[in-house]
Amino acid sequence: MRVLIKDGRVIDPENGMDALNDVYIVAGKIVAIGAEPDSFQANHVINAKGLVVCPGLVDLSVRLREPGLEYKATLESEMRAAVAGGVTSLACPPDTDPPLDEPGLVEMLKHRAKSLNQAHVYPIGALTQGLKGKRLTEMAELHDAGCVAFSQSDKLLLDTRVMMQAMQYASTFGFRVWLRPEDDSIADSGVAHDGEVATRLGLPAIPVCAETIALSKIILIAKETGAKVHLCRISSAEGVAMVRAARQQGLPITCDVAVNHIHLSEMDISSFDSNCHLIPPLRAISDRDALRAGLVDGTIGAVCSDHAPVDEDAKLVPFGESEAGSTCIELLLSLVLKWAEEINIPLAVAVAKVTSEPAKILGVEAGDLSVGTAADLCIFDPDQHWRVEASILKSQGKNTPFLGMELLGKVKYTLANGIIVYED
Amino acid sequence: MNNPQLNKDGKLQHLLTTEGLPAPILLKILDTAESFVGVTQRDIKKVPLLRGKSIFNLFFEPSTRTRTTFEIAAKRLSADVVNLNIAASSQSKGETMLDTVNNLSAMNADMFIVRHSQSGAAHLIARHVRPEIHVINAGDGRHAHPTQALLDMFTIRRYKHDFHNLRVAIVGDILHSRVARSQIHALTTLGVPEVRVISPKTLLPTKVERLGVHVYHDMEQGLKGVDVVLMLRLQNERMLGARLPSAEEYFKYYGLTQEKLALAKHDAIVMHPGPMNRGIEIDSAVADGKQSVILPQVTFGIAVRMAVMTILAGN
Repeated sequence: MRVLIKDGRVIDPENGMDALNDVYIVAGKIVAIGAEPDSFQANHVINAKGLVVCPGLVDLSVRLREPGLEYKATLESEMRAAVAGGVTSLACPPDTDPPLDEPGLVEMLKHRAKSLNQAHVYPIGALTQGLKGKRLTEMAELHDAGCVAFSQSDKLLLDTRVMMQAMQYASTFGFRVWLRPEDDSIADSGVAHDGEVATRLGLPAIPVCAETIALSKIILIAKETGAKVHLCRISSAEGVAMVRAARQQGLPITCDVAVNHIHLSEMDISSFDSNCHLIPPLRAISDRDALRAGLVDGTIGAVCSDHAPVDEDAKLVPFGESEAGSTCIELLLSLVLKWAEEINIPLAVAVAKVTSEPAKILGVEAGDLSVGTAADLCIFDPDQHWRVEASILKSQGKNTPFLGMELLGKVKYTLANGIIVYED
Repeated sequence: MNNPQLNKDGKLQHLLTTEGLPAPILLKILDTAESFVGVTQRDIKKVPLLRGKSIFNLFFEPSTRTRTTFEIAAKRLSADVVNLNIAASSQSKGETMLDTVNNLSAMNADMFIVRHSQSGAAHLIARHVRPEIHVINAGDGRHAHPTQALLDMFTIRRYKHDFHNLRVAIVGDILHSRVARSQIHALTTLGVPEVRVISPKTLLPTKVERLGVHVYHDMEQGLKGVDVVLMLRLQNERMLGARLPSAEEYFKYYGLTQEKLALAKHDAIVMHPGPMNRGIEIDSAVADGKQSVILPQVTFGIAVRMAVMTILAGN
């Protein structure tokens, strides 16, 4: 199969390219950009005039809900959603049922995902057995089965000693530990940021120090053990400042933010909108602005969708009883473009936050358009508006705070290994 | 922000919270309640204003007192009242709250009175009922208890006549209190120039001063010169965690005694939403003393709830 993508604006942040170019694909790999290779005969030509051609998106947090949670979503539905969102590589957290704490489960998931032939799935293994925070998983075995990192997902439940030993053990093998910084004894049963809105609405609150206390522990242990740490979905201005300082000390710490959190704040839940019940909670506007600034200066390397499809009934209950999470993978690109437009940064900088940067955090070969690499591409129309409606979302979850809103930037084609896996 | 309580003509469609309700609407409820106080004191305590209307008391959280006052108010208006103690029935069989509401709507309900342990429950129901159905929030989580606040406003007006020159102190567990939140919004909307909250830091929500109140941690400071003391009930379970060490210490520093009350104005009134914990937040000598208007509050509560139901049914 030989594909020619003609006349697109090719944005490849990793290789510093932002120019009108043609992309040539043979047998699933990029063989040339710009000059036509000798004796190239395309079987398929995509006219990308007026469109942007960029690496397929790399998403660091996508819940596929398999195994075990198929009533919320299935691998089929969410993989369709992923490619509709231009995502060709995704990391899935281990909070399935059962959790991804055994090699067999990981192999099964990889096998199932591969057979669908869409995006590449990179499982994050459980750091502790059953995510219970007591005993370590067989990390090396899980790595051999395909896990690229290890995490507790949203079930922190780690006492300081277990956290330290888990990070020490992981660092023995050079594995990166992914942690969402939140002290669960402080977060307790909170459902919203401890601020003006939670006070007004009478919602149990999660103070910022739930994040900063956990962060200070993680940073100190990282310093002590030399473990590589990735911080998932930071939420507060103070948290960003701590990560910035830790990185300035040269600690091997990376960080991501969920795309909802760079647009929304506590104010958005003010009529008890359960679609705004997210983990971590949407914080103050000043926190949101600090997250944006952290992204610009590189403290926060990547933006993830934190895709979490929830069945409708679980959202049609009072805010505090509703299940947290939002379906987001199909909105990721548009919401990143919206951010770029609002703060007026070059498209290539924004694209890097969902391609090359997360690929580096994940440690996989993806997120760039280098010649010889797999032809994973996203081709989008930067000028096309679309309306977020339940009926057009491929994900089984329809729970997003952006429901009913117009967004700019529509994925037109997604290619994985040179095959068109999505066409608008 | 659009106000889910008002219909497109700006009239009261639901009563969910006192927040965001314009003063004229609050005053209309108080004025209407005045006319019902007479009814509740007559020999025959019934008026036919809501004859033929079906009112459902939907109590997802048990409460005998509040449910009873709504029931009496509805019956005095000649409505048909159905009490559902849902905490103990369909919810435990797995029916969702909205399923329950939809089923009752199908029985041609006119009004739902909702009590729920979760903040926002009444809002959710109001968003999903048919447009001809009215919802009254009878307490949702820590969020709001508007009829309690309105009966408090009614009582304050009865004794103090004018809101515009008052100092009011709310004392106790502000953090967990839907009553306090509703009182604060009602008091500030009605023009009370100084609303104070008095509480230890563990029982105060973050940024409570953004609601327009002055924060005091010292009860003696906070009570100085006030016209109205609004006491809050302290739930026993607050003592189980790490928010308070003991009921004894709480009473010593935040319980209302005659000595502390003497710091308020000499004609200050003392109120409590009930049920009282005597010897924890309030001393019996104060609760039963001459400055206490706690029992009149209960009486006015019926009139205020009659007023709310009548106004909603008329809109």
